[in-house]
Amino acid sequence: MRYNERELLSLARQPAEKAAEIRMSVPKKGNVLKKRLVKLVVNFLFYFRTDEAEPIGALLLEHCKITKEEENVFSISFIEEPERKYCFECATEEQCQEWVEALKRASYEFLRRSLIFYRNEIQKMTGKDPLEQYGISEEARFQLGAHRE
Amino acid sequence: MKLNERSLAFYATCDSPADNCGFLYKRGERHTAYHRRWFVLKGNMLFYFEERDSREPVGVIVLEGCNVELCDSAENFAFAIRFGGSKSRTYVLAAESQEAMESWVKSLSRASFDYMRLVVRELEKQLQEMSRGLPGGCSQDAPDPWKPKPSGLEQCRERLPALPAVPPKENGCAVWNNALEAEERPPDTSGHDEEGALRPPPLPPRRRASNGSGTASAVAQSPSTFCRLHEQYSREVARLRQDWQQKRRGSQP
Repeated sequence: MRYNERELLSLARQPAEKAAEIRMSVPKKGNVLKKRLVKLVVNFLFYFRTDEAEPIGALLLEHCKITKEEENVFSISFIEEPERKYCFECATEEQCQEWVEALKRASYEFLRRSLIFYRNEIQKMTGKDPLEQYGISEEARFQLGAHRE
Repeated sequence: MKLNERSLAFYATCDSPADNCGFLYKRGERHTAYHRRWFVLKGNMLFYFEERDSREPVGVIVLEGCNVELCDSAENFAFAIRFGGSKSRTYVLAAESQEAMESWVKSLSRASFDYMRLVVRELEKQLQEMSRGLPGGCSQDAPDPWKPKPSGLEQCRERLPALPAVPPKENGCAVWNNALEAEERPPDTSGHDEEGALRPPPLPPRRRASNGSGTASAVAQSPSTFCRLHEQYSREVARLRQDWQQKRRGSQP
């Protein structure tokens, strides 16, 4: 699949919501954990070799499952291939929990649901649609029970 | 750089709703010929397919940080997606009508994650300010300040036994079929249930402010407030639903 790599690399250089050196394994034979710089920017998780400026890879965090595994460890897998796991071994259990929470909220779809929820709550309380000031109240993607294909 | 392409392709083709879709002409990179492609916008990702029913996208444009503008072109209804970098490619697209062009320019210019996050934070702030302003204390069942244990959304689903079973999800697409929408349908459409199951119960009475003492801690991160509120409201809805169902059963011979 073609993609605009230059822009994605540029995104990887931007200030991260969260970044840390974490041991990580990709779903390949052996599943060897290697120390990586892991960086969360918008809904992408970039991972770098610790001494390199360009990421080795990027994960788009949509339709994924973040699972707390054993102590200090969490994994990311995607809906269509739940057995293929990216594993992350943190330094502490606290760090692990922080990453799990941050990653669960890191998808565009999560933001969309939050928006719809808040919009509805505010509308119930005030009778007014808070999205009108943004001029986006009619957009299909923000409606309750958003349209299906 | 590796990208999780298989998952990307799945995201592009699965039945989660698209923010926009339609045919657009895309100008080639080296040659200026335009190719008609089927475009699907989901979140901040603009996928394009050779045909409408192609199984996999030909490519994707990550829209984060882009500018969308009308552009001069021999082609009618043309617009461009531009990025900041010096060597960045500009994507020139053309719609098939003025209306389509305007619709695309509008949805693409608001497609970024950053934009969504801004709007969500703003709404969350508004909600918090309104909650502080309302009289009344916190409800007895207000949950503890947000603890980073199972996602509030997951917990809520497990407490609603009458609803169709939904696979657990965090960032998944199962949400489009799930209980969340059924609970939050606005009053004037609540009579209709697409699943063909029981009609949802009437909405609970206008609720009081959310946990007053919790708002301070809730300022921490917007989605945690969302999860906490969601969990709180879900419990109440579940209770009301049970009551309503019991009454309903009681009234039948």
